[in-house]
Amino acid sequence: MTKTPMLDVRALRVEFPGRHGSVTALADISLTIQPGEILGVVGESGAGKSMTGLAVQGLLEPPGHVAGGEVWLNGRRIDQLSDREMEKVRGREIGAIFQDPLTSLNPLFSVGKQLIETIRLHLPMSRSEARIRAIELLAEVGIPGPEIRVDHFPHQFSGGMRQRVVIALALAARPKLIIADEPTTALDVSIQAQITSLLRRLCKDNGTAVMLVTHDMGVIAETADRVAVMYAGRLVEIGPVADVIDRPSHPYTRGLMGSIPTLGARVPRLQQIDGAMPRLDAIPQGCAFNPRCPQVMPRCRLERPHLQPSGAGQSACWLNQPAQESAA
Amino acid sequence: MTTPALTVTHLSRLFNVSAPWLNRVIERKPKAYLRAVDDISFSVPSGGCLSLVGESGCGKSTVARLVTGLYAPTTGQMQFALGKNGKPLAAQMIFQDPYASLNPRWRVFDIIAEPLRELKLRASEAEITDRVGELLTIVGLAPRDGRKFPHEFSGGQRQRISIARALATEPEFLVCDEPTSALDVSVQAQILNLMRRLQDEIGLTYLFISHDMSVVRHMSDQIAVMYLGRIVEQAATEVLFASPKHPYTQLLLETIPNVTDPKRDREVQSGEVPSPMKPPSGCTFHPRCPQADARCAAERPEMQAYNDGSRVACHRVAETMAALAVPQVGERRLSA
Repeated sequence: MTKTPMLDVRALRVEFPGRHGSVTALADISLTIQPGEILGVVGESGAGKSMTGLAVQGLLEPPGHVAGGEVWLNGRRIDQLSDREMEKVRGREIGAIFQDPLTSLNPLFSVGKQLIETIRLHLPMSRSEARIRAIELLAEVGIPGPEIRVDHFPHQFSGGMRQRVVIALALAARPKLIIADEPTTALDVSIQAQITSLLRRLCKDNGTAVMLVTHDMGVIAETADRVAVMYAGRLVEIGPVADVIDRPSHPYTRGLMGSIPTLGARVPRLQQIDGAMPRLDAIPQGCAFNPRCPQVMPRCRLERPHLQPSGAGQSACWLNQPAQESAA
Repeated sequence: MTTPALTVTHLSRLFNVSAPWLNRVIERKPKAYLRAVDDISFSVPSGGCLSLVGESGCGKSTVARLVTGLYAPTTGQMQFALGKNGKPLAAQMIFQDPYASLNPRWRVFDIIAEPLRELKLRASEAEITDRVGELLTIVGLAPRDGRKFPHEFSGGQRQRISIARALATEPEFLVCDEPTSALDVSVQAQILNLMRRLQDEIGLTYLFISHDMSVVRHMSDQIAVMYLGRIVEQAATEVLFASPKHPYTQLLLETIPNVTDPKRDREVQSGEVPSPMKPPSGCTFHPRCPQADARCAAERPEMQAYNDGSRVACHRVAETMAALAVPQVGERRLSA
């Protein structure tokens, strides 16, 4: 663990100024991804998982902005770079895969043209060299007949094949980090399995670090090495995937795991977490989960817990932190 | 076994997807039809839950719309059993997207009261108010929530409102088209628990449509797996999960991401669902099927019933089962 992590996010905070004061969308996000590692980021809609990916890439919609913390990519701080410098980082060093493969491709250009454009933007190559590289990339992501397919247009590809093209685009400049935001959500299960195993293979073969953002615990369980669970803009738990799934230490993770219908034993009633996630402008004092938590204590309503080592990972819950460090 | 609440026999629905008349004449193109639902038969047990599962474009939502009368069948029959009042069972539908299925300009009270007013189920406005309050309470909301507009509710609460609206006419049969796929898992659990409770308390029969195998397993008694407009396998839930027979069902079960028992280094089957405009000949699954042979490409397999109560449309399964029925020790080949 002495290696420099590929991505090192330290106490990241994102705020959106509004008429009634600013809204904190992300608070105190700290995570690392090693080369060749897949970190799953999971949470319900609005938990801030996509926002984390966007903040790392410097793609926050104004007026949203990074209000604190640091983002380090391979030993270099990138959160303070100018827009122009950041443009070079995106694509060259950070590749992005988005949810909907149809809207992330330009319908008016062949996939080859789009790939060649991306490759030549980042790498010093002639058009014909870039075309050869584009064909290699299509073959690498498992598209049959890449020599012919390179001249096809996005609408001539099926959903799963389109997502492969998007992955090829993200890989074009051999980035060190790929941020994949719900890459399989728009796909059917049998195709989804193809895409996740492709991601795993590329990650292992090239030593690329991957941040896999998804709401699907099943995808995380089968793809990620470590998982970060988010709730209301905060990390509640982070750890090796098997530990978080089998021995979740935060009550929210436990509730989340219990509410997933499993393929194993059939239960008469699913465990449910009553209520809903608070809006970002109405996050309760103390632990954000306290109104829904079955094990809430008086302390949870007053003080916000921070990530502390718990088992093989870390969790932000007073239950796992004995009264040793009582706040004065 | 009780009498089925709904019996569907040889139901088909074609959609005309031809080019406009002038183009057809000029470009000499023939008329084109899309077979969204192709000769399917099933029955839903009274008080039970039959689920239709399949990938996008397999025709499961078309079946939901056929059953509720939103589409007319091209051929085939649907027969509802007689309900409590001696008339055929009343069916209602819950839609997938709770953001699109509620009128944003109506108050929740009016949304739920509309069927009561329209069908004159209650005589006075006071009775309507009582009934709407009762329905909101049943689905876990408060009667005073009726004064609000849909945008004031979260996705899960909106889905509760659309369930309340569906229950307003006292239906005995509910068609649920992906009722939880727009929701987060913790909210999905709330809605699934609510639907199970309603089934126990009111005795509802469900036709449940989903692409999520784990949700389907939680909800249903019977499962029918659809592929390109046809049912390829139908069986009791436990039978289907314990011994999936059709290669497509096996593929589906194999590829679901599993939280409790992740298959991290699995062999992934290639291939995708072909376009329903040009379905493959014979068994429509044969281009993706690891066990396909010449017969599968030529001849369409018929549904066959087996003694564990399942029905499967597959030549290989039929051959294997026939071989097993005659106890010949020599060449017994079971698919792994």
